[in-house]
Amino acid sequence: MSNQFKNRAFTIQLIFMIVGVLFIIRLAVLQIFNNDYKERAERQALRNITQYPARGLIYDRNGDLLVHNEAVYDLMVIPKLAKDMDSVYFCKMIGIEMSDFTERMEKARKYSRFTSSIFMKQISMQDYARWQNRLYKFPGFYISQRSLRVYDKPIAAHVLGYVGEVNEKDLEENQYYQRGDYIGRSGLELSYEEMLRGVKGCKVMQVDVHNRQIGSYQNGAFDSIATEGANLYTTIDSELQAFCERLMGNKRGCIVAIEPATGEVLTLVSAPCYDPNMLVGRVRGENYANLAKDIRKPLFNRALQAKYPPGSIFKVAQAATALQLGAISPGTGFMCDKSKVGCHNHPSAGSVQSAIMHSCNPYFYFSYRRVIQQGKYKNIYKDSQYGLTVWDQYMSRFGFGKRLPIDLPNVNKGNIPDTAFYNRWYGENKWAFGTIYSNSIGQGEVEVIPLQMANLACIVANRGYYFTPHVVRYYGKDSTRNEEFYTRHETGIESRYFDVCARGMHDVVYGEGGTGHKAQVPGITICGKTGTAQNYGIDHSVFICFAPMDNPKIAVAVYVENAGPGGTWAAPIAGLVVEKYIKGEVRAEQARLYQQSNPCQRLPLTRVSKKKPTKKKTKTTAAAPAPATE
Amino acid sequence: MEKKRLDFITILLYLAIVLFGWFNIYAAVFDESHAAILDFGRQHGKQLIWMGLAAFSALVVTLVEPKIFSNTAYIIYGVVLLLLVVVLLIGQTTNGGQSWINFGAFKFQPSEFAKFGTALAISKFMSAIDLDFKNLRTKIYAFTIILIPAALILLQHDTGSALVFASFVFPFFREGLSGMVLLLGLVAIVLFVLALLINKYLLIGIVLVICIAYLFIWLNRRTIQEYLRVIIFFASCTLFIFSVNFVFNNVLESHQRDRIYVLLGKVDDPKGTGYNVDQAKIAIGSGGFMGKGWTKGTITKADFVPEQETDFIFCTVGEEWGFVGSAALICLYIGLLVRLVFLAERQRSTFARFYGYSVASILFMHVLINIGMVLGLAPVIGIPLPFFSYGGSSLLAFTILLFIFLRQDADRNALL
Repeated sequence: MSNQFKNRAFTIQLIFMIVGVLFIIRLAVLQIFNNDYKERAERQALRNITQYPARGLIYDRNGDLLVHNEAVYDLMVIPKLAKDMDSVYFCKMIGIEMSDFTERMEKARKYSRFTSSIFMKQISMQDYARWQNRLYKFPGFYISQRSLRVYDKPIAAHVLGYVGEVNEKDLEENQYYQRGDYIGRSGLELSYEEMLRGVKGCKVMQVDVHNRQIGSYQNGAFDSIATEGANLYTTIDSELQAFCERLMGNKRGCIVAIEPATGEVLTLVSAPCYDPNMLVGRVRGENYANLAKDIRKPLFNRALQAKYPPGSIFKVAQAATALQLGAISPGTGFMCDKSKVGCHNHPSAGSVQSAIMHSCNPYFYFSYRRVIQQGKYKNIYKDSQYGLTVWDQYMSRFGFGKRLPIDLPNVNKGNIPDTAFYNRWYGENKWAFGTIYSNSIGQGEVEVIPLQMANLACIVANRGYYFTPHVVRYYGKDSTRNEEFYTRHETGIESRYFDVCARGMHDVVYGEGGTGHKAQVPGITICGKTGTAQNYGIDHSVFICFAPMDNPKIAVAVYVENAGPGGTWAAPIAGLVVEKYIKGEVRAEQARLYQQSNPCQRLPLTRVSKKKPTKKKTKTTAAAPAPATE
Repeated sequence: MEKKRLDFITILLYLAIVLFGWFNIYAAVFDESHAAILDFGRQHGKQLIWMGLAAFSALVVTLVEPKIFSNTAYIIYGVVLLLLVVVLLIGQTTNGGQSWINFGAFKFQPSEFAKFGTALAISKFMSAIDLDFKNLRTKIYAFTIILIPAALILLQHDTGSALVFASFVFPFFREGLSGMVLLLGLVAIVLFVLALLINKYLLIGIVLVICIAYLFIWLNRRTIQEYLRVIIFFASCTLFIFSVNFVFNNVLESHQRDRIYVLLGKVDDPKGTGYNVDQAKIAIGSGGFMGKGWTKGTITKADFVPEQETDFIFCTVGEEWGFVGSAALICLYIGLLVRLVFLAERQRSTFARFYGYSVASILFMHVLINIGMVLGLAPVIGIPLPFFSYGGSSLLAFTILLFIFLRQDADRNALL
C-alpha cells in the first residue's frame, strides 16, 4: 500500500505551506500595515522623565543674594518593598504615631504598590542626616531630593513674589507646564517667570510591566538637556529695603524709592509686609490662608495697587503744568481766599515757590481755574472740556492715570478724570471747572498709586523727564536688558519751571513756615512736599522728596495710611530713608527721637544687620505668624 | 547508496532554529546586570546546558543500531505510559498543569516524551506486515494507541500537549485514511466557531441549503447512497451544532472558554483574559518591518508579556527581528516540515515512513498552535515552539524525536 497514496505527500506539504503563508500574511498585517501597535508599545513601555532646571537666582543691586534654591528632602516609599520591618522603631525614629504610619502606607499602596510615592514631605536637613544612616534597615524607604525657593533675607516679599504649583488654568493656557510644576504667582517670580524657569529637559526611560524604570531608552538618543533659569540682577538695595520695612513696622502704607537718573527702584515697601519664606514649602498653605484672612491685607501690594488720593504733593505737578501752559508765571500771586477751598493760616503766596512751600489750597484752585478755563470757548462747559483735555495730556506725561510699565505684575493705573469720565458721570455740558476743582489739590476724582508719586519726585529731580521705574537691571548670562527702561520719557515742560518747583520743595523742608521740616537731614539738601490726603478716616500722611537738590541721587515717596498730616509721619520717614541711602547710616539721636515718638517701633533702627541671615530657614518661617517683619 | 549519512539539510535547519531560539531566549530574559552568556543561573545559561545535553542525546541516538527503536517501540511506549501515570500521582503542578516530575533540582516533563513514544509505537503497529488498515478493528487499535497517552495528558490538564496527538491524522491520511476525515475535521472546526458566533438555527439552515445545493447543482449521480450520505452528513452536523454549546459550557474549563471568546472577539478584556494575546500583538506589531534590534525590544525587556521565554517566545522574534526575522523563522519551520515529508516519502520501510510523517506532523501541530496563538489566530493553548522555546524536556524530547528519524533515514537502504 506504500505507493498507492504517494500523491498525498504533496497534499500534506501543501497544507504545511498554506499555514506558513497564512502566518506570514498575518505578520505583515500586524507589523507592516498597522501602526497602532507601535504607538501602544511606546505608550506603555516608555516614560518621559522631566529634568527640572534650577530656577534662576535673584540678586540685589550690590550683588547680594536675595533668592536661591535649596535642596529639600522627601521621604519616599515603595510599598511593595517595604515589608518585614520594625514599624514601631521606624515610627519612633521619624516621630509619628503608628496609626499615622498605617494611614500613610495605605495611601501609598493605593497609589501604586510598585512605584514610589511620598511618605513624608519636606523633611529637614537635620532629620535627613539623622535618618540617613538608619534607613538601610527599612527596605523600600529612601530619601529623594527636590529644590525649594529660599529667600535669603526676610524682606521685599512684595517685590520678589512667590511661586506656587500650577493649577488647571495654567495647564490649559500654557503647554509648557505639567502637573506638579511650579510657576511664579506674584512679584518678580511672576513677571520674569519665563526667564527664571529656564527650559525643562526630558529623559526617555524604559519602564517595565510594574512601571519600574529599567534604564534609558536607546542610550538617551531622544533625551533633551534642561537649560538653567536666568539669574535676575535687580536694582533693589536690600539694606535700604530692610531699613524701610522696619520703618514701616506696625503701620499701613508704603515707601517707594527710585534713583531719578535711571528709574531704578531702590526700595519698594508695602506695609504690612511679611517674610517671603512664609510662602515656601510645607508651611505655605497655612501661612497663605492666614495672610489672606488678615484684615490689614498684607498680601496687597499697596505700592503698586493702592489708589490713593495724592493730596498736596499733587500741587507740584499742577504748578509745573500751569507754568508751562502760561496760565501763571513764577511770580504770579493769588490771595489765600478760603471761600472755595479751605486752607491753614499762612501769608498769601506771592509766587509759585511760596505757594508750594505753604501748600496754599486757594492758590492752586485759582491756577487750576486758569488751566481749565482758558477762554477758548464762550460756553463754559465747552471751555472746561477743552481745558481738561489739555490738562489730561500733561498729567499723562507725568505718568498719572496710566499704567507705568514697571517690570512687576498687577500695577494699577490710578485715575486721572478726563472729559469722557465726567460726561459719563454728570452728562455732557453739565460740568465745568466749578465741578472738578478738587483735582487741583490732589483730592476729588484724582487717584494716584505710590509708584507714580515717587515717579513725580523723580521728574522734579530730573527737572522734567523720567525713566520707567524698574526693578531688574538685567538678567541671564548675556546680561539681557529691557530697552524700554533706558528710554527717556519727557513731560514736555521746560526745566526752568521745574527749577521753580524744586525751589518750592526746598522751602517746604527748610523755609520758614514750611510743612516738611522733620525731613531735614544735616549735610543733605532735601527737596520735599508734604501731603495730607483727606479720606473717610484720619488723613493719610504723604511725603515725596528727592535729594540732594542738585544732582539728585534718590527720590522717595512715603505714604502712611491714617497717620495725620504729611509733615508729622511721612516727612521724617522720608528723611530717614534719604539719610540711610546717602550716608549709609542714620544719626543715633534721630533714630532715637523717631523711636520715642513711635512707641510701637520695638527694634533699634541704628544698626541694620549686615550679617547674612542665619541658617534657620524652614523653622523660622513656620514660627512667624505675624505678617509684620521684624 | 552505500554512504550512511544523516540528512544534512535537516540538521542545518534544526541547528538554525535552535541557535536562533537561544539568541531569543537570551534577549527575552536580557537584563544589563546579567549580560554574561555563561550565566547558568539564568534561563539562557541553562538552555546552553540543555543544548549540550540535546547534542549528546542526538549523538547517542545516531550511534545506536536503528533497528533498536522499532524493536523496543512498545517497551518505550509502555515506559512512557507508566511515567504519565506516575506524574498524575506524584507530579508537581505548574501553571495549572500537573505535568512535572522532580528529580532533585532537575525537572522532567513526561508528556514531552510521550509524543515520540507514541510515534514509535503507532509506527511499529502500522508497519506490521499483515496489517489491513481498511479493517475497522485495526483502526480502533491504532486510535487506541494514540488515545491512551492523549487521555492521560488531558488528565494532567495539559490540553495543548493532548491536542498535539490529533496530528497523527496526517500519517494516517498518508497511509490511506480517507481524505474525508481531514475535510470533516475542517468542517467541524468551522461549525464549532460559527456555532459560537451566530444563531444555531440560522447555521443549520445554511448547512441545509449547502446540502441541497450539493445534491441538485453539483452532484450529477443522484443515487440512494448519495442521498443517504448527505442526509447523514446533515443530521450529524445538526447534532454537532447542538452539542457545541453543551461541550463548550460543560466540558471546557472556564479559562478555555474565555480564551476562545477572546479569540473570536466576543470578549474584549485586554487587562484580564486577553492580556497575553494583546501584549503579544503589541510586541510583534511594534517590531515593524526590520524590528528593534537584538535585546532592544522595549516590551520584551520590560516583562510585559508573560511566558516570554517559553510559550510566547515568538513575540521576542517579532519585536526584535521584525517582519523579516519572523517570516524567516516561519520559513525555516515550513522548510523543515516539507523536508521531513520528503525524507519520509523516500523511506522503504513503513515504520520509518510512518514515523517520519509522525515527526513532521507533531512539529507542525506545535508550530500551528503556538504561532497561531501568539498571532491571535488560535486560542491561548500553552505549548512550546519546538527547538525554540526555553525548556529542557521539550528541547531534549524534540531532538530525540527528530534524530531517531534521521537515523532511520540514514539507514534507509539497509536490508529490510
